[in-house]
Amino acid sequence: MTNKEYQQYVERKKPKPTYFKNTLSAFIVGGLICLLGQIIRNFLFRFGLDEKTVSTATSILLIFLGSFLTGLGIYDKIGKVGGAGAAVPITGFANSIVSPAMEFKREGFIFGVAARMFSIAGPVLVYGISSSIIVGILYLLLTRGG
Amino acid sequence: MAIKKIGKQTVKLQNPPSIIGTATIVGPKEGEGPLKDYFDIVLEDDMWGQESFEKAEAKIQEEAIKLAISNANLSTSDIDYLFSGDLLNQITSSSYTARQLEIPYFGLYGACSTMTESLSLGAMAIDGGFANYVVCATSSHFSSAERQFRFPLEYGAQRPLTSQWTVTGAGATVLSATGNGPYITYITTGKIKDYGITDANNMGSAMAPAAIDTITQHFQDTGYSPDDYDLIITGDLAAVGKKILLDLMGKKGYDLSKNYTDCGVKIFDGVEQDTHAGGSGCACAAVVFNGYIYKEMIKGNLNRVLLVATGALHSPISTLQGESIPGIAHAVTIDNSLN
Repeated sequence: MTNKEYQQYVERKKPKPTYFKNTLSAFIVGGLICLLGQIIRNFLFRFGLDEKTVSTATSILLIFLGSFLTGLGIYDKIGKVGGAGAAVPITGFANSIVSPAMEFKREGFIFGVAARMFSIAGPVLVYGISSSIIVGILYLLLTRGG
Repeated sequence: MAIKKIGKQTVKLQNPPSIIGTATIVGPKEGEGPLKDYFDIVLEDDMWGQESFEKAEAKIQEEAIKLAISNANLSTSDIDYLFSGDLLNQITSSSYTARQLEIPYFGLYGACSTMTESLSLGAMAIDGGFANYVVCATSSHFSSAERQFRFPLEYGAQRPLTSQWTVTGAGATVLSATGNGPYITYITTGKIKDYGITDANNMGSAMAPAAIDTITQHFQDTGYSPDDYDLIITGDLAAVGKKILLDLMGKKGYDLSKNYTDCGVKIFDGVEQDTHAGGSGCACAAVVFNGYIYKEMIKGNLNRVLLVATGALHSPISTLQGESIPGIAHAVTIDNSLN
């Protein structure tokens, strides 16, 4: 059996992920997190805050909630069920920063917590910020040029 | 002259060492599994009062070795050599354990194949007349392995269905030049097999070819057939690898369907305990062998067992660089009687 034949054989033998169930639970979990965000938003508007302040405060509250649930050891269970539905919202981003920070505390606050904090979220930040800069430059060129 | 070597990769021991004591310590999850009654100590807390998972793992290994020595009615000063290894970088759990025990120490890295690697070398040391008593041991810890090989514990990631659950625990075996068995009679040392599997979440598939190669070679070298064994058990191929092994061995003309299983399948209840494909880690083969298999052999329910611990010899760096996973499997025959 060649390497390729074996790899194809393994593909046939391994259990198939439950795509429909996973998609459905990602939709429900992701939807619930967004619903929560909307509830917080509507609630904050009642205090007469303006649009920009409400958006910032909603993000801050959701980040706090994601971090808090990570600290309590609950968010990983939500992530297990929700998959991308729990990873994509801002609460998942908080989880991806807080979880390595907790994990590597034993290696000290500098080379442990601080250095490892972005080990999962780092790539998102690097490529997120880089692409937003590129899009910004393109926008500038196109609007000025046109 | 290699007078004890038979065939290509097998050694037939002429003064087969006897297993005179074993010990197993497992974490809480393993203690809820189907084999819970076979373990000597089940921990309520996988930190065991230590300040890090790595320290906890070293303590688990140390206490397992001490318990095995005391079960053999010996003291640490009687032991000539300690053969041990684990999964962590530079096998620190084993070296910190050896620091406490003051036994001459050979540190091994065979990943999850360490139990049979250590039994092979320990048995050869005794058979060769180099030692009276040796201890063979290994440990792994779910949480220390996760942080080294995968994601932080609290990170909300989904584990694929092919992934396996690292066993928290340690197993130790005391081998002696004299004793009433069970004996180690044959050793088949495996070759690396690598069929280009790169997915570290599918280790069963990566290691299955190595196990198939070693078991086939064992039968060819010794003249044994599958029916000569009460049990043939691999280390941690888990559900996916077990299926592949049974299928491909069948195609080679060896029917293992009656007496073959895998330690990774035995140790957890895959559905109840949500471990996906099954158990893995050095401790998987170690606690199943030193707990379940050894105790069943003493009771006489099993008389001849082929233990084939399997190892995936990749590292976090090799995985990130996209390198494939080299698999290894070492087989050891454990026999209740000599002939």
